[in-house]
Amino acid sequence: MAAPISLHLEFGGGAELLFDGVKNHHVTLPSQSEPWNMKQLLLWIKGNLLKERPELFIQGDTVRPGILVLINDADWELMGEMDYRLQHQDNVVFISTLHGG
Amino acid sequence: RAVMEQDIVSLKEQLLVKENEIGILKDKLERLLKDSQCSTEAIDVQGTVTQLTPLQEKPFLSNEEIMRYSRQLLVPQFGVKGQQQLCRTSVLVVGCGGLGCPLAQYLAAAGVGRLGLLDYDEVELGNLHRQVLHGEDRKGKPKALSAAASLKRLNSAVDYVPYHMQLTPENALQLVQQYPCMDIIADCSDNVPTRYLVNDACVLAGKPLVSASALRMEGQLTVYNYCGGPCYRCLYPVPPPPETVTNCSDGGVLGVVPGIMGCFQALEILKIASGQEPGYRQQLLMFDAQEARFRTIKLRPRQAGCSVCGENPSVRALQDYEKFCGSAATDKCRRLCLLDQEQRISVQEYKEILEEHVPHLLLDVRPPVEVDICHLPVSINIPLASLEDKKAPHLQLLKEKIEESRQKTDRKSDFPVYVICKLGNDSQKAVQILQEMSGVELEHIAAKDIRGGLMAWAQKIDLSFPQY
Ligand SMILES: [Zn+2]
Repeated sequence: MAAPISLHLEFGGGAELLFDGVKNHHVTLPSQSEPWNMKQLLLWIKGNLLKERPELFIQGDTVRPGILVLINDADWELMGEMDYRLQHQDNVVFISTLHGG
Repeated sequence: RAVMEQDIVSLKEQLLVKENEIGILKDKLERLLKDSQCSTEAIDVQGTVTQLTPLQEKPFLSNEEIMRYSRQLLVPQFGVKGQQQLCRTSVLVVGCGGLGCPLAQYLAAAGVGRLGLLDYDEVELGNLHRQVLHGEDRKGKPKALSAAASLKRLNSAVDYVPYHMQLTPENALQLVQQYPCMDIIADCSDNVPTRYLVNDACVLAGKPLVSASALRMEGQLTVYNYCGGPCYRCLYPVPPPPETVTNCSDGGVLGVVPGIMGCFQALEILKIASGQEPGYRQQLLMFDAQEARFRTIKLRPRQAGCSVCGENPSVRALQDYEKFCGSAATDKCRRLCLLDQEQRISVQEYKEILEEHVPHLLLDVRPPVEVDICHLPVSINIPLASLEDKKAPHLQLLKEKIEESRQKTDRKSDFPVYVICKLGNDSQKAVQILQEMSGVELEHIAAKDIRGGLMAWAQKIDLSFPQY
């Protein structure tokens, strides 16, 4: 069994509007048989934080195009994307790309 | 003899007065000449891409240049060499708006060689809070021209090339690649298709792209396609769904936010031009003005599988970016057409309904921040998002208001609910939602949208109603 882990989730660039405008979320993921990875975190967010219009955040089993995912201030592509194994106290940011000028 | 001396003194005094007057006249003439050179009339604006003359090499700086740029010449990282390199650099600024204005201002002040200033749009009153090169007297003038005129007053030694045209797949490569070429491209645009177009043109032409964006109280910046760093497509291979994109004319923007981001872009360009390593290659700068936070994120390197800069690119020529993104290359609002004609009424028809005191409900579906700007007194406000989520308190309010007005009717026909928003897009979506709720969550209602929204009301019915 993997112990429960606490994470700091942040939403920005407008993505926070899908979460009642709240940018910072301190969450605890329950203990489960396997370690938590990003793929499971996305499902957990979909089921627990995101109540309405999930298609504006998740498409298929990943984030929708135009949202950049950052794990501990690095592009998640550098960290293994969906397979990244989450650690206690990790900081995960979901930032919507801005286009205005 | 005394008389003669008196005459001499008097003549000298008179001469002094005349010399003073001549000085004043000369100053006045010089100022007028300079103003006429810097007025928008004195500048040629390009509607197509034309051949430019090469920038002159500067083997040494003149005394005037040394004085003018002395404070940056004293910066060891920049110095005389950096100044000479900057004087030979051409920068293409795509978009002369909230980002492009401060960017061009600092590059012109620093003595860049040439600034290509591209914008298809004209100056509007609602631009002035952030597009700081345009003044009140420039309303209706092409932004590219207005920017060039203001910059010429700041530094007349820079070569300004204003382009009053849209960047298109047909002209983009020619602009970026032409000889003498643009060395660095600044993406100061305001829409998704243009961002992909600029990126692909830069990759195909091998130019660094200094890109920034801003919305509300946030900004982002990255240097793309430079020294092993990613291009825009490496990061965003698939464009965002159009309905998830918010532009400044819908979402708003605090002027100083693009101001800060445009200054950052200018800084990165100065560093690249003067041979220094830019700070944001393969890095993303995120600025949150509300939380007063700058944050730097390490990005992925150039992606081998990227469709334009990868090892086996599928994009070998510029394509149709409006089609690729499913949206238009402007930040102007689109006009949706979701409903049949009988589900919509004009502002004139609504005016008659008001005058004839026909019992009805007017539902304003804009966000509260817009309702604070202006609204019709008879309306009730339920934002579209709340309607979509069917929030209980709002649904309750709607039911009560319908019941209240319904008492004035014979209750035989479906109760009319008219829906209004700013331009008549959200109101159509709201009508679709209300129709689904009619006879289920709500009484039987006949929901209709008011075509063109409050802006049509302001233009056609009540000229004193504010526009925004
Ligand atoms: Zn790429």
